[in-house]
Amino acid sequence: MTNTTNEINPSDSKNSPNALHELLFQLADDDFILAYRGSEWLGLAPFIEEDVAFSSISQDTMGHATMFYQLLEGVVAINANDLAHSRPLTERRNAILLEKVNGPGHYLVEPRYDWAFTVVRNYFYVTAKKVKMDALKKGSYKPLAEAAVKVNLELYYHILHWKTWFTQLLKAGGEARTRMIAAIEKVAEDMDGVFNLGLCEKEMVESGFIESEHSLKQQWLRLMNPILDELKVTLPPFAMKSGNGRAGEHTKDLEDALSTLKEVYELDPSAIW
Amino acid sequence: MLETKILEALQSVKDPEISTVSIIELGMLEKIEIDLPKLTVYLLPTFLGCPALEIIKANVCKAFENFKDLTEVNVEFLLSPPWTSDRITENGRKQLLEFGIAPPPQFITETGEWQVDCPYCGSIYTTLENLFGPTACRSILYCRSCKNPFEAMKPMANL
Ligand SMILES: [Zn+2]
Repeated sequence: MTNTTNEINPSDSKNSPNALHELLFQLADDDFILAYRGSEWLGLAPFIEEDVAFSSISQDTMGHATMFYQLLEGVVAINANDLAHSRPLTERRNAILLEKVNGPGHYLVEPRYDWAFTVVRNYFYVTAKKVKMDALKKGSYKPLAEAAVKVNLELYYHILHWKTWFTQLLKAGGEARTRMIAAIEKVAEDMDGVFNLGLCEKEMVESGFIESEHSLKQQWLRLMNPILDELKVTLPPFAMKSGNGRAGEHTKDLEDALSTLKEVYELDPSAIW
Repeated sequence: MLETKILEALQSVKDPEISTVSIIELGMLEKIEIDLPKLTVYLLPTFLGCPALEIIKANVCKAFENFKDLTEVNVEFLLSPPWTSDRITENGRKQLLEFGIAPPPQFITETGEWQVDCPYCGSIYTTLENLFGPTACRSILYCRSCKNPFEAMKPMANL
């Protein structure tokens, strides 16, 4: 792993250390698990160019997770590799939507992954990530504000990529559209978990690290509504049906993913991932 | 002058994937700090998940092996300022072109559209085939004049 200089100034965060930890864990864990789900698609994407593109996006996303773990490294004095691989299920802070399997089957044995679900989950997530980065850029914690500027530059291409898939599949009509509408319903059921900022939301907002959940969601809707209107898609209400990942609630899907990741990590903790 | 020698040594460190372009020409060098016998090289990562960063770091250290005055060489990656593609020098752009990779366009429209000329025949009749090429920083295009596929460096701008 590459060390990025994180000029941690303890005075920036001393008022609400827990709020800052929580926020960094949420950002890091979200990107970490979604990058893992993306990497499982390797060799299975609809065509070869998509395989190249998706693995490149997953590599970027894992790079973002690593950087957020490195920012934490300075605050909690645990190395980034251990933060990523050795924390138990109940300490994970990612949204449950992002840990869900890509579809039935295993990537080695009869994978029947759901491309529509992947497109919707990624498009909705990267747009939410963009809204968060814009808020962090204006935030009071300088290392995070600087990191957000950098992430945003790369995110631009991820959004472009998923937006293209999203609009093309919905415009295609027929089975593609039917499957996309079903996927939108499935993603909406847990989309609130992505905006959720957990138990420290109030302190995060008061310390000026980020804007409130409500504000983030409103901005997301402002970006997405014109696109959804044009595609004649009615957005189902968002919920957190599977539980709140920010509170350490998780599913068997994450448990399985973490044990796979742990096996690889324990074989060679120095492996570059 | 030690500083000149250091910059010369850094000029010898190339992008592991594009052997003709140095990290200086790519605009990755932000600053150096000399505090004898210690040298710190501050670099800007092009893309955060780029696997070449580790190799570059090792190659920078290797470039100073024969500097008797420098016994400690550190490489730090900075997030700020963010690396943008307009940091690539004129010479860097020329080297990219000679390598067969179109340099990043200097102009992007507000909708994010961009246009590059074919590195082989110079034609402007090119189409974007895949935004994501073999590495994070490159895209794949196709020239409708000479019918060659080619790669271009992605524009990265702080819009
Ligand atoms: Zn041509």
